[in-house]
Amino acid sequence: MSTPAEKQDTEGISTLGARSAPINAGLSAEERIGLYRMMVRIRRFEERSLRAYQAKKIGGFLHLYIGQEALAVGCCSLMGPNDHVITAYRDHGHALAVGMDMKPLMAELYGKTTGCSKGKGGSMHFFDPSKNYWGGHGIVGGQVPLGTGIAYALKYRGLKGACMTFMGDGAVNQGAVHEAYNLAALWQLPVIFVIENNGYSMGTSQARSSAGELARRAEAYGMDWAVCEGHDVYEVRATMDRFLTEARERSKPAVVEIRTYRYRGHSVADPDNTYRSKAEIEEYKHTKDPIHLFHNALIAEGVLDEAAAAKIDEEARAEADVSANFAEASPFPTVEEISQDVYWEEDHPSEKKSQGRIFFS
Amino acid sequence: MPLLSYRDAIRQALAEELERDANVVIMGEEVAQFDGAYKVTEGLLAKFGPNRILDTPISEAGFIGMGVGASMLGIRPVMELMFWSFYSVCFDQILNNAANLRYMSGGAINCPIVVRGPANGGTNVGATHSHTPENVLANHPGLKVVCPATAYDAKGLMKSAIRDNDPVMFLENTILYGDKWEVPEGEYLIPLGKADIKREGTDLTIVAHGRSVINSLAAALLLEQEHDISVEVVDLRSIRPLDEETVLASVRKTHRVLLVDENKPFCGVGAQLAFMIQDKAFDDLDAPIRRVSAIDAPSIYSPPAEAEQLPTPQRILRAAIEVLK
Repeated sequence: MSTPAEKQDTEGISTLGARSAPINAGLSAEERIGLYRMMVRIRRFEERSLRAYQAKKIGGFLHLYIGQEALAVGCCSLMGPNDHVITAYRDHGHALAVGMDMKPLMAELYGKTTGCSKGKGGSMHFFDPSKNYWGGHGIVGGQVPLGTGIAYALKYRGLKGACMTFMGDGAVNQGAVHEAYNLAALWQLPVIFVIENNGYSMGTSQARSSAGELARRAEAYGMDWAVCEGHDVYEVRATMDRFLTEARERSKPAVVEIRTYRYRGHSVADPDNTYRSKAEIEEYKHTKDPIHLFHNALIAEGVLDEAAAAKIDEEARAEADVSANFAEASPFPTVEEISQDVYWEEDHPSEKKSQGRIFFS
Repeated sequence: MPLLSYRDAIRQALAEELERDANVVIMGEEVAQFDGAYKVTEGLLAKFGPNRILDTPISEAGFIGMGVGASMLGIRPVMELMFWSFYSVCFDQILNNAANLRYMSGGAINCPIVVRGPANGGTNVGATHSHTPENVLANHPGLKVVCPATAYDAKGLMKSAIRDNDPVMFLENTILYGDKWEVPEGEYLIPLGKADIKREGTDLTIVAHGRSVINSLAAALLLEQEHDISVEVVDLRSIRPLDEETVLASVRKTHRVLLVDENKPFCGVGAQLAFMIQDKAFDDLDAPIRRVSAIDAPSIYSPPAEAEQLPTPQRILRAAIEVLK
């Protein structure tokens, strides 16, 4: 974590501490551009999905990650083979950041069988265990015990890995979160509880919902904790690297609060005119936009130029369009498919041991 | 054949599966050092050590959720709820997470977890500790629900439950823990979804599960001795999956049905069975289906009143005579 004194230049991006942290200093030019590209891809995916929602292609809720991109990208860029991720319902950014393809994600939003969850989960329930990505969870705080269980499994198996268990700032007041904190600390499980603090639990500001400092609650459980700025991908990486190393090497749990901001409403159904001002949103966009700041930083580093940045943006827009076309062209689940993927045993008839009737339609 | 208590039979199943598969772990409140609140896990800590047998804090949402998370990675946790009544504080972890994860991931995930513990009234512990949630659990696709009545069934079903790749809710009964039954030595499995005819008869079919099977057998004996009525008792053993065929075969044989369970009657297991029987064997019925459930109120504390709130052999006997009128 960088100190305030060394952190900000006029553009708001870290200058000394985070950029020169070993985990960042060792990044090649390609890797830096890779981080930038991922952030751009997330934003363009989200913008494209919003258009699809407005065109009534997507049902239900749509919680956009726009503004928070550096957070998921910074964290997930640190994943080793035994590191895992689980998060809440604002889950599109993490899905792309762990390496999922845009097409099955967009198809999932469209409710198509080619979706990452075959159209059965929707926006809030993206999964890809092959990428160590365990969702995508709709109930605030409900995924936090699950992430603790993933960490338990890693420790039980003797694997050097950690589970990054993401939650929003609204989740910190859920009982299940505190129960998970206690278990993680009591059993010294390799889990990092990442609070993505965008300032609002739906339409209720942090000041109106949570007493005290969010991450400091870790102290009550004897866990290490930190707060860092989520608009700075270097700072996210530098902070998380420290805790991930502790988790992998010494099975130490921690709580990291990462300050961020969302540009859109809680979901697209939120008119976003009751609890914060347009001026507040505009100020963040102008001073702390994570993509803009990283763009400027990479140009200053001589890693990126405007033409290359424009190409990355163009490719991300095209990829998002391709994913929307793919989703559009894919079929919806059939009525028969409604009853598949409920029970492992029913989906594997040759290995079935149970008898009797399991479905009652 | 040796006699074994219901409690010891479950413990044997746990020990055999712990021995067989290093992925099996046992977690719950007081399961290790304390040897289990009802001594089901007695001696397992000494035998398998603290990495396999873990005491949890009183924190059901936390530890049941942790077990579900671990099961996603292939651990096979057997989680004890000291009372199934405590499911209310981990409802989200069981019914949103364990039940739905496979579905919401489009089949990418499965949760091979067992949640076990006693679920019964009749022990004068009041409404908060006397829930029988098998109907609530079975209402959630994704879960399997098992309610053994005997030591033999409990052992064979527990071993199948632990090996099952879906989440299995295993509902025991504190009043049955000390009951001794013949249990063969050596390994055997009972598949989920297979009912058992506990007593053969020709005049009336009683369908029951859990301790209601024992009470129904007692009533059947009285009906034979005092009223010369031959009763067949079908023990469901498993609520979901449900062995409809064994139930229907018995109905086709006796043509009269009495459903007995400890559930509260509204939307209870019996309601589903009554629908199923009229749907599939309407023409085989010579009389309306009747039902004996718990009296429809929160579970009362007062010991003599609670005994009457639950299905007793006498209540079952009276209802059976009604069906045969």
